[in-house]
Amino acid sequence: MSVIDAVREAMREEMARDERVFVMGEDIGARGGVFLATDGFVEQFGEERVIDTPLAESSIAGIALGAAMNGMRPIAEIEFADFIWPTFNQVVGEAARVRYGTAGSLGAPMVLRAPYGGGVRGGLYHSQSPEAYFAHTPGLKVVAPATPYDTKGLLKSAVRDEDPVIFLEHKRTYRLVRGDVPDEEYTLPIGAADVKMEGSDISVISYGLMLHLCLEAARELADEGVSVEALDLRTLRPLDSEAILATARKTGKALIVHEDTKAVGVGAEVAAIIAEEAFEYLDGPIMRVAGPEVPAMPFSPTLEAMFMPDTERIANAMRELARY
Amino acid sequence: MDQGRTDIAPGRGPTDSELLEMYRLMALCRALDERVWLMNRQGKAAIVASAQGHEAGQVGSVAALRIGHDRFYIYYRDLAALVSLGLTPAQIMSGFLAKAGEPLSGGRQFPTHGAHAGLNLVNLSNVVATQIPQAVGDALASKMRGEDAVTIVYFGDGAASVGDCHEGMNFAAIHKLPVVFFCENNGYAISVPLSKQMAVDSVAGRAEGYGMPGVVIDGTDVSAVYEATAAAAERARAGEGPTLIEAMVERYLPHTSDDDDSRYRPRGDIEEARKKDPVKMLRERLLADGILDEETDERFSADAKRAVNEATEEVEAAPHPDPSSFYDHVYAGDTGGASSR
Ligand SMILES: Cc1ncc(C[n+]2csc(CCOP(=O)(O)OP(=O)(O)O)c2C)c(N)n1
Repeated sequence: MSVIDAVREAMREEMARDERVFVMGEDIGARGGVFLATDGFVEQFGEERVIDTPLAESSIAGIALGAAMNGMRPIAEIEFADFIWPTFNQVVGEAARVRYGTAGSLGAPMVLRAPYGGGVRGGLYHSQSPEAYFAHTPGLKVVAPATPYDTKGLLKSAVRDEDPVIFLEHKRTYRLVRGDVPDEEYTLPIGAADVKMEGSDISVISYGLMLHLCLEAARELADEGVSVEALDLRTLRPLDSEAILATARKTGKALIVHEDTKAVGVGAEVAAIIAEEAFEYLDGPIMRVAGPEVPAMPFSPTLEAMFMPDTERIANAMRELARY
Repeated sequence: MDQGRTDIAPGRGPTDSELLEMYRLMALCRALDERVWLMNRQGKAAIVASAQGHEAGQVGSVAALRIGHDRFYIYYRDLAALVSLGLTPAQIMSGFLAKAGEPLSGGRQFPTHGAHAGLNLVNLSNVVATQIPQAVGDALASKMRGEDAVTIVYFGDGAASVGDCHEGMNFAAIHKLPVVFFCENNGYAISVPLSKQMAVDSVAGRAEGYGMPGVVIDGTDVSAVYEATAAAAERARAGEGPTLIEAMVERYLPHTSDDDDSRYRPRGDIEEARKKDPVKMLRERLLADGILDEETDERFSADAKRAVNEATEEVEAAPHPDPSSFYDHVYAGDTGGASSR
């Protein structure tokens, strides 16, 4: 099963299970979504529960929020994460504060899904990684899975969650990454990281597409006699501090890898957690490989390549860290 | 002008020689458009949004304005506006192949995006409708400085649903800004038909609610487009404020080269749309009126073909941007390589 299949199956099962669940977004009806996440949904669930919205992201989020406050379980799709910014007001300003601001009398059980990330020749406006902006906000949950198995289990949990979840799907993984998914129903807990590869010399902590590059680099390093432990964060808010600290204490060396730009990114928070609580275990500096400090990913192949962290850069960072 | 409010004075129509020139530009644009679509299928151009079916709207409106003086906020479907503004096929094509020296963004952006200072041309982003309030601010600046430039902003019917569109139009009307809102209504926003975009059948009908005139025109007829734009520009220059023009056009290719329109659009609908091919219609009309003869037509099409072939050769041979330019222009003064952080 591919990642996009996992997205589709998770939503299909949740819609079949719970009448309150519905999907809304641009081109999700007859078109089945630009990435086909809702392929066949109109036929199966009808236009009342599969709503092709006008082109207006702020209202997509605001309407989802209103429906959530009145007992529904909306899954709203933002066609590309680059177009998510008009929702910021409704999501960061409103949805995140619903429970707090009503002293618990209202909740906002909504999911905002968005394909994000680059390496697809998407240029400045179809490549962005928006996670840090949302992960900064208490009241929101931010999920960014890397595999079909995790995607399906976490998306189902997101739909059932009582609080607003930003669900980020790396669009390059949609068809590239395949994996086994059990036939029987399952969910996975939001807020739990997952050790994707056991190791003892250094830890690499990542998520999304970059997790796969880290695993590739780790296999290279294994050939060179360096044992890498790979932790997949899976959820970016709340971060699984215990899992982060456990791997950092185990190897004493941590490399954090993400495609999003480095400064004030998710990696900065992970590094701070390690520095604050596992300092005495460290045998080397906490290192980061991340996107460069330019505003967005350029279109031209030569420039896009400059942006995207690749296996070689990650492997080199691993080698450097292993030498300490 | 068959619908909506029509309380703007009819504009001047194009002269015969202007019509002939518009036809030449439309034929050139069509040849270029077909070529870049082909280059996408050949794996050379990563993404193409075609202007086919929209050419008369774009060419007719640019022709009614003053290039180098008036100001243009276009969107991704406005290839024909670029051709009309005078960008060469090679310059435009270098955007599709994201080559070094591409004039609008240095190959950093999707084709047709970026800006051109000399042409007062802005196509900042792929994000639908962001250009609308930007164009309003642009017109505000002209007004504040007492300049008589008119700012025209192009957008689709889908864009009209975005809050930015409402907010921009409201401000422009309040301040009587010299803006022409030019909606290219092709009935679709990717797969979403007009009936799911709005409960009314006209974008221009909203103009009254803002306090500006709105007109619906046949956007496949260059003369109608030229006239409406000239009238709107006249109003703007006279300090009477903005106008909303809704040009009814057809999109008979998929939304972009990435789209599969068979999932949502009946074949018959596309066949019907093709009957309103603005290039063909103008050709027939000019031949019938004796403004164009077969010989000139053949010369135009041979010239277009040659220009597009030469552009293809030139652009294919050109290099991609040098990676050393990657960190340039994050902030003012950034050139020559190093990250400023
Ligand atoms: C804010 C935003 N949301 C979604 C998209 C994805 N998208 C690109 S074009 C498009 C449809 C636009 O339709 P319309 O404005 O009618 O223009 P047309 O393409 O038909 O010329 C959509 C939904 C986007 N680029 N920007």
